[in-house]
Amino acid sequence: MTVRLAGGQGFYGDSVTAVTGLLEAGVDYLCLEALAELTLAILQKDRLRDPGAGFTRDLPFYLQLAMPYVAAGRTKVITNAGGINPAAAGQEAAKVAARLGLSGLRIATVTGDDLIPRLRTVSALPGALANAETGEPWQDFPGPVLFANAYLGAGPIVAALADGADIVITGRVADPSLFLAPLSYEFGWAPGDWDLLAAGTVIGHLCECSGQVAGGNFSGDWWTIEQPWNLAYPIAECEADGTAVITKPPGSGGRVDFDTVRHQLLYEVHDPTGYITPDVVADFTTVRLDDLGGDRVRVSGVRGREATGTYKALACYPAGWSGEARVAFGWPDALAKARATEAILRKRTEMAGIAVDEWLAEYWGVNALLGAAAPAMPQAATDDLPEVLVRMVWRCADAQTAGRVGRELVPLALSAPPWGMTGAGRGMTGRPSQLLGLWPALVPKELVNEQVRHDITDLPEISDSTAV
Amino acid sequence: MPRIKLRDLCGTRSGDKGDTVNIALFAYDPAAYEAIKHEVTAARVAAHFGGLIGGPVQRYEAPNVLALNFVARNALGGGGPRSLRSDNLGKTLGGALLRMEIDVPGPVADQAPRRRPDLSLYGSD
Repeated sequence: MTVRLAGGQGFYGDSVTAVTGLLEAGVDYLCLEALAELTLAILQKDRLRDPGAGFTRDLPFYLQLAMPYVAAGRTKVITNAGGINPAAAGQEAAKVAARLGLSGLRIATVTGDDLIPRLRTVSALPGALANAETGEPWQDFPGPVLFANAYLGAGPIVAALADGADIVITGRVADPSLFLAPLSYEFGWAPGDWDLLAAGTVIGHLCECSGQVAGGNFSGDWWTIEQPWNLAYPIAECEADGTAVITKPPGSGGRVDFDTVRHQLLYEVHDPTGYITPDVVADFTTVRLDDLGGDRVRVSGVRGREATGTYKALACYPAGWSGEARVAFGWPDALAKARATEAILRKRTEMAGIAVDEWLAEYWGVNALLGAAAPAMPQAATDDLPEVLVRMVWRCADAQTAGRVGRELVPLALSAPPWGMTGAGRGMTGRPSQLLGLWPALVPKELVNEQVRHDITDLPEISDSTAV
Repeated sequence: MPRIKLRDLCGTRSGDKGDTVNIALFAYDPAAYEAIKHEVTAARVAAHFGGLIGGPVQRYEAPNVLALNFVARNALGGGGPRSLRSDNLGKTLGGALLRMEIDVPGPVADQAPRRRPDLSLYGSD
């Protein structure tokens, strides 16, 4: 038996246009990964404004496309789009089904990743929730907790599928676990089958970033990728022995070959010999990739070892407000004029007594992306630059202060260095935006597992249902 | 020994986790992999980025895909949602590493694919 998984979404804001091609190609599970590290902060703000919000707002669009296929028994949907409020996302799914006139679907929501209700208990353990990057203890957490969630594993999704769920909506779950779960359910893989769980984790890791395995963000001969405007999202054809073929729907753009697949294998990976998920520790250096041609790459040989006793958690705190301004200067001496303008703005800000906690100036075309690491340019070249854009950005304690800095720039329209400064596009300054700090940590699994659960909602039967 | 830019020996992809960036280099063939393994040390990568990266750089090897993976701490100005940088996720740092020049055996330089963009598929000349 072959199980076909699709990676239909790689982040909140991804395109839905590839989904129909995946569904038409025929997939047993459509897996939608919606939660980057900071996405929960966006969703938390949504929920503070509206208790019924807190899931990704594009979920209904995905469900609208997929649900007719689900109702026809052709696919199931697994997604972490529930964000900070999986229960509300489940209710939204029921509404989408009602709008489509679909009945008889079973929707499961997985909760328990939210650590805020248990912070007091968990943080009482010595060392628990210490910052995994800096070593700082939880007691030094700088400010209110905007969110704190554990990355759950495949377990609760497998349980929901075993209860007959057609659509499983979770909050924070490790990205590859969204893909490992249906394989564990279908093939009966369980803790102890470490090589198989590692194989499913690799398959999930390859598919979780949608187009990035199929020629998106590809550094090789990217200009030879066919139809990049119609880039394929991946399909994994998976076998019970842990092997799989990564491929793409017929007729789609993009490319699946050894080079595009290995680019994704190490994406956001640290030690490739020990990729730690809640389910297993996978050794990515054991992965064998065989390019079969025809946009098919076989994945095999994956070895794994026993999962750790902790979940990764990610907490978030407010870290001040940033404001920014962008102005452009032309030849001659464009860079010198831009540098002078930055110095004037800083001096005016200081004279106005505005407290700025951090400054950054990026000179586009010179050093904007690399700062101190930008290659040195000869003086003759910088003197002769035809144009320079300077982006000045600052951090202040609050939004109002950050906004005041931007207003110090405006008078320079008539008082700056010569030949006038030019706004880059409409408006030189943007509205201040909130900065957020991330606090990665580890938390003992047993403390989280006590609160992990899945809830089932059966949609009522409606006569005259439509299906594909 | 000829000097050659990494650009002509390997591809790359970089990505973020908090304030940490990882930069993977993918050699185009086994001889190029041996060459980058010999030359592109963690210390050289740290020096290449200078003050942009505040923390230590660690190197890992993945010979199964002819890759080196560099992991640098304190590298993104505080991490994605906290950083003031335009490239707050370190997406361009892989490309920046490809500017590094290394000494390679003659045959490796001769075999380097030296690919350059040709936008004919994009409807332009």
